[in-house]
Amino acid sequence: MAKIIIPTPLRKFTSNQAAVAVQEGTVLESIRDLTQQFPDLDKHLFNEDQKLRGFVRIFIGENDIEDLEGQETRVNPGDTISIIPAIAGGL
Amino acid sequence: MTVNGEIKFSPEELARYSRHLILPEFNIEGQKKLKQAKVLVVGTGGLGAPLLLYLAAAGVGTIGLVDFDVVDDSNLQRQVLFTRDDLGIPKVIAAKKRLEALNPFIKIIPHQTALTSDNALDIIRDYDVVADGTDNFPTRYLVNDACVLLGKVNVYASIYRFEGQATVFNYKNKAGELGPNYRDLFPTPPPPGLVPSCAEGGVLGVLPGILGSIQASEVIKVLSGVGEPLSGRLFLFDAATFETRTLKIKRRKDNPLNGENPSQTGLIDYQQFCGFEKPTDQAEKLPVKSINVKQLQELIDRNANIQIVDVREAYEYEIANIHGELMPKSEVTSHVQKISKDKQVIVHCRSGKRSADVIEMLQEKYGFDNLYNLEGGILAWAKEIDQSMPTY
Repeated sequence: MAKIIIPTPLRKFTSNQAAVAVQEGTVLESIRDLTQQFPDLDKHLFNEDQKLRGFVRIFIGENDIEDLEGQETRVNPGDTISIIPAIAGGL
Repeated sequence: MTVNGEIKFSPEELARYSRHLILPEFNIEGQKKLKQAKVLVVGTGGLGAPLLLYLAAAGVGTIGLVDFDVVDDSNLQRQVLFTRDDLGIPKVIAAKKRLEALNPFIKIIPHQTALTSDNALDIIRDYDVVADGTDNFPTRYLVNDACVLLGKVNVYASIYRFEGQATVFNYKNKAGELGPNYRDLFPTPPPPGLVPSCAEGGVLGVLPGILGSIQASEVIKVLSGVGEPLSGRLFLFDAATFETRTLKIKRRKDNPLNGENPSQTGLIDYQQFCGFEKPTDQAEKLPVKSINVKQLQELIDRNANIQIVDVREAYEYEIANIHGELMPKSEVTSHVQKISKDKQVIVHCRSGKRSADVIEMLQEKYGFDNLYNLEGGILAWAKEIDQSMPTY
């Protein structure tokens, strides 16, 4: 299994879980496993064309998947996937 | 003071900055760089408070402040620049007084205005480094774009609940390589409403203290040339779990400001970019009907056949409620079967904003025409009907 860390703004869709265990495979397969467990997440991560939305970045370890092989990047057992959304608070 | 173009320090200043002067990598050269630097802090709130205190204490020679707001009760939980004596006073004025009391050897320039597409370039142009401590997506993109267009470093942090992000955008390293900016990290903003502001979602008071201090540290590193600024790296901190991560971020070829084919050469309408203005094809949207708290009380008193739906979060419901059926905004679509299509349905939240959004969505997607927004939400109820009810 791999681990996906869920950022605070999206935890309301994962029953407040901060991390979710998912199947390894490709990044897309791991995230699909997550959205199957928590279907409400799907529309917040993917647009109508099933592309990842522009305000969300996905990292494996410390690397952006865009700098690897995108959604086809290999996820190995024990990997940590980070979903990083834009947040704006500051006041 | 400057003598023949050279930065000089008075004996009082030398005494004040002695802990910097004896730092081997920093010393008087670093202190001179701080003294001749001009830093603009946008937003004098949770992040701005520690950031400004440390920049002023450290001896940054000129500090500009941008904020349009006044000091409010609810600021004091985290905005440690202010005291009760400042309530109702413009933040930039209260901050100037506090910072001048802390360090009389620096210059504080207040800009009591909201940063907009009309004034951003003129305000930012005079500064060397910008530190962004604002609280909304349109201003985040505005600050970023203005900094990229003007070639200024943008020291960034943002916070939400227990979580913070920090990085240094648009920084050119000693080899002349330019680092990423906000649009490389997040090409487009989230749709309005998905990521609530701290005013709606809450924030741990000390969290901006931590992230704002990191910003101060990065500003001082950028100015003094000491250390490796947090450029090309995104620092993440979760105070709840004490998990920290530092992720690598890179420039993108499709960045509209400075990618391979730049398409944007000026500032744009950031409200529209972030989806806050309705496109014209939505002009025919049904208006949201509403009732006030007195009308609701009358309906309750005569046992009218109504349904009350509360779209706040469960923890808000615990603080105070008017016995509505709890269906948090983010989960409303999964409860839609429970909402009557026949009765008069009163939808409420804390202040009336979330409930209006929910009604708009339910009218549009599910064809409801029997929904009424409670004007002013439960805050209005607490003020006008039940003064014993706690407010938050």
